[in-house]
Amino acid sequence: MSSKSEITLEHFYIFNNTYAKKEGEEKNKILYYYPAKVDIDNQIKNIGLSEAIIKFTESFNPGQSCDYCHTQKTRQIYFQPEIHFWMVMIVGVPFITKENDGTTYMEYLNDEVSSTVCQAILKQAYTIFRLFMGSFDNILNEPDCGSVILLRYKLDHFYSRYLLSLKLNNSDILDIFHGLVFLPLDKITFLRVQCFMNLIEATFPQVKYTAFLYNNQLVWSGLEPEDMQVVYNYLINTLLPAHLEKELDDSSISRNSSSPFTTSHYGKFVTGPSSINDVKKLPKVFINYSTKPISLYLIVYRALNATVCLFVDSTNSPMFYTTLDSFLGVQLTSLVNSISEQYSKHTSVTTESSPRYLYFNKLNLAYKSTIHNDHKRFSNVIVTSEVLRIITDINSDTSRLKETGEIVIKTMSDYWIVGKLSNLREFFVIIQQKNASIIEIDDEVNRLCDQQLKSIFFH
Amino acid sequence: MSTLTKTDIVETNINDEYYLKLSSDPVKFEPVNDITDVFFDDFKQQVFAIRSGGVTGVIVKGLEDNINFRMDDKGPVISIKFSPDMNILAIQRSVTSVEFINYSSVNALDSIQYSQSCKGKNATILGFVWTHANEILFVTDHGVEHFQIIPDKRFVKSLKSLNIAVHWFIFCPQSFLMLLSSGHMGNQMQALYVTPGNLHKITKFEIETITTKPGKLAVSERDVALAVLYGIPCIIVVRHQPSDSIRSVGLTFLYIYTIHKMMTVKKSHIIKLDMNGRFAINVVDNLIIVHHQASKTSMVFDVMLPGVSDGTVIHHTSVAPPKSIKPYSLRVPGLNISEYVNQSYQLYSPNWVVFQPNIVIDAKLGCLWYIELQLDKLAKLITNKVQLVQFLMHRKNSKQILIQFIMDLIMQMPTTLVDIPIIFERLNSVYRNHLENEIQSIMGTPLQNNTKIVHFVSNSFKYKIFIDQSDIYSHILSKFSEDKIDSKMIIWILLEYIRSLSEHGIPVQHYIYELVITTLVHKKAYYQLHQLLQYHVVSDSKPLACLLLSLENLYPAAHQLALDMLKRLNIAHEEIIEVLLSKGHILPALRYIRSIHKSDDVCARKFLEAAKVTNDCILFYSVYKFFEQRNLKLHNTTGFAKSERCQPYVQHFKKLFRTNT
Repeated sequence: MSSKSEITLEHFYIFNNTYAKKEGEEKNKILYYYPAKVDIDNQIKNIGLSEAIIKFTESFNPGQSCDYCHTQKTRQIYFQPEIHFWMVMIVGVPFITKENDGTTYMEYLNDEVSSTVCQAILKQAYTIFRLFMGSFDNILNEPDCGSVILLRYKLDHFYSRYLLSLKLNNSDILDIFHGLVFLPLDKITFLRVQCFMNLIEATFPQVKYTAFLYNNQLVWSGLEPEDMQVVYNYLINTLLPAHLEKELDDSSISRNSSSPFTTSHYGKFVTGPSSINDVKKLPKVFINYSTKPISLYLIVYRALNATVCLFVDSTNSPMFYTTLDSFLGVQLTSLVNSISEQYSKHTSVTTESSPRYLYFNKLNLAYKSTIHNDHKRFSNVIVTSEVLRIITDINSDTSRLKETGEIVIKTMSDYWIVGKLSNLREFFVIIQQKNASIIEIDDEVNRLCDQQLKSIFFH
Repeated sequence: MSTLTKTDIVETNINDEYYLKLSSDPVKFEPVNDITDVFFDDFKQQVFAIRSGGVTGVIVKGLEDNINFRMDDKGPVISIKFSPDMNILAIQRSVTSVEFINYSSVNALDSIQYSQSCKGKNATILGFVWTHANEILFVTDHGVEHFQIIPDKRFVKSLKSLNIAVHWFIFCPQSFLMLLSSGHMGNQMQALYVTPGNLHKITKFEIETITTKPGKLAVSERDVALAVLYGIPCIIVVRHQPSDSIRSVGLTFLYIYTIHKMMTVKKSHIIKLDMNGRFAINVVDNLIIVHHQASKTSMVFDVMLPGVSDGTVIHHTSVAPPKSIKPYSLRVPGLNISEYVNQSYQLYSPNWVVFQPNIVIDAKLGCLWYIELQLDKLAKLITNKVQLVQFLMHRKNSKQILIQFIMDLIMQMPTTLVDIPIIFERLNSVYRNHLENEIQSIMGTPLQNNTKIVHFVSNSFKYKIFIDQSDIYSHILSKFSEDKIDSKMIIWILLEYIRSLSEHGIPVQHYIYELVITTLVHKKAYYQLHQLLQYHVVSDSKPLACLLLSLENLYPAAHQLALDMLKRLNIAHEEIIEVLLSKGHILPALRYIRSIHKSDDVCARKFLEAAKVTNDCILFYSVYKFFEQRNLKLHNTTGFAKSERCQPYVQHFKKLFRTNT
């Protein structure tokens, strides 16, 4: 036996086919190419091939472009985020080296790569760029120095770091959902949070939008869901883990140390100044693409387990951070107490043997998963990758079902995977049980539905 | 130049803010002069003008009374008062006895007169008061004597007497409380509670003496007033602290003693008056009004507003800065005989005599006024918003002012949002008390909860008004239109209001929720609406579910939210089936009725028709077979009962699937 290789990122490029009008100008099309070491001729060749595939397939299905192309060794994903702009990602399919009659050959495990997951990763790569840099169109039309050169510079600046953090091998159905985990709370505690956020907006006119998270779960979002899903995933997958790590590394400061501004509360800025004399640049975010695009600064403030996101249009006013810190810190500390009281009531213990489930509502992008530990994705999955792949496949199939349906699959390793679709919600149940009959599994699924989904219409 | 005019305007505005005024229609009587004596009875609030000892006439005037009669002149009158039922007139002409004459409105004064002397030997009658019905109290320097008059027999029956050295006394007709000044210095206070046929002694107490001139009492009668504040009898005492080496000017305090359950007396409040000199006290709408003659101003105090407690006593400051009573003018005959001119009247005149609770008499002029509160003007002078709300809730007729205040506050959003929570908290805690009282009165009073009831009663005394959800909705929330205020602020207010109601456990009315939903929809804040529904901020109801269904065109997710809500209601099966069928979701509808075990009751026609119009044979087949199974279970046959009128669908099924037959 020999070891299995992993899914690899082979190529990642962005081009605009209208930038080359004449023969010989092909390199003008290229906006970004990874890996950079590929020579320009090969870059042009590869982009040309992708263009050809897109064009060719379009003639069969006018108006709908090609999403992906399977080859023996690669999977190619095509995505047109803005008109005339194409993003292409080519990943290498994992393989096993085998020997037969003295000759070694490679067996490619095409099933291990999910095209829909890859497609989701490519889309995320675009939306996160758009969040921090602005849309391609924005950059080209920037009043001061908007140009293709600027776009190339920004793409290079962003993606050369971003692609290194891409986790192709740990991606799964959650990347397709790109959802939000909402914190279960009672009405009064939610209203307290909501009223607190309103008060922030009323007190600080610079604040245009707000969001509130507790323990990496969303409580309130003033942003539209399509913006919030990008911000949320950035927060819980990148910003907050990095912040916690930094705090843990800094041994002199304990995790719940008090604010640098005052000692009376636990709040501190995650983005923004870390001390009273620190003037750090705030990240700028571009949001509201569906209505009226706007760019705002993102202030992330954390106290105990609560995270407050403020989207502000200016931070110029003197003492802004100090007044904000004293306002947020004190009030948050007491608010967090009432939330944590509620939180401890709602957390149920899931034992090792109890069935696992995954819920997703595409209308508010809410998901809930007991197959992923602690909402810390990557490497914390409880079930096998095979099960995750089957869920992804069922998900592709349910999108073809109309309003309602159910799919049950049993694997060789005694896993039962049930996917249910009703009222635009998806519910997946994973049960590992030897010698179970489909009736027993159905009963188990119904019991779980009653228990977990009793307050919604799901039949 | 322009700035000058501006300040002028401001000044006139400030001067406009008189929060006290004299009643516009005074009770007029014949002024005191050489031949006319004037007496006032504060129990019945009647002024007696006695001309020439009564021979030329006695005129009795009150707010509603205007009585005339004549009586014989038997010497100078010391005091004269009608009994509560106006059937006996009591006249005191000597210090040892009181005369009685029966009276009726038809026959006026009876011709026969009878009298009662005080029983104490060598005692001097300081005064008398009518108490209940025909009962009268004589207060002498040796004690109190309680009598009952039987007018038909013209007979006076002695009921009870009490021996105690008395310097002076005052009586409060509202609480039937009498206060006697006793002891060597006159600072030993004995309060009596007068009930029909009985006298109850209340624990004695002492007012601490402040160095007084020899021969003078430590506490003089005109420095003490009896009042009822928020349903609790009170003794208000003015204490003059003479100047000492440190202060060149003396200080004056008001001590307020409250009487608990007509048993004990406790000094509970202290008010420091930043003035000295002569003061007079009135009580209007549970507020203590202190008139100061030297500065010609009056101050207002509210014992219910929070003060600084020193553990036993609460120290209060004035509600608003001292102000004069609103200037008053008299209509007097002008130069021409037919003409009247307005002549300004000198307020705080030395001729003023002040009576409880809110009476001012100028005997030289022949006028009796009631002091009235101009609440809207006073409200403008209270700067602390929370205190203002609390203050207004304790006043009569303050609802409109309170509502206007909240309106103004909302118009000043967003900066005022920070004040809103605590104001709603005040409103709703009173509102909740009111609801509890209402429930209690419907349910009857349970015996075991006596202590609680006492608490409620005192609350209902405390709060004159409450603001409920329909007030907030119809007078405030529904009054804001888009052009006046950003709809975002309306949402903030609404959520703050719902939060406050929920924290008090008050169920939120449907129209408040509806306003939340329509305002959010109008603002296109659908995701916010979604989150509110997700966290069940809006309580489930059929009308709201229907409202959501109607929003589907604007916000597709509203359909899902509506279905969820209908399901949670658990009584809306019909509606759920209708919603599903209207969407063409026939199998989900069947699955739903099976899950709620209602398959036997549903109308098969409805489903078969819906399936037929889809032109989906497989679907029609499934639905048809579902009902065949049901028929089999119900009637042991797959056929439909005639009453179900399913014949057309049976035909349709045959046409589709039974080509052979």
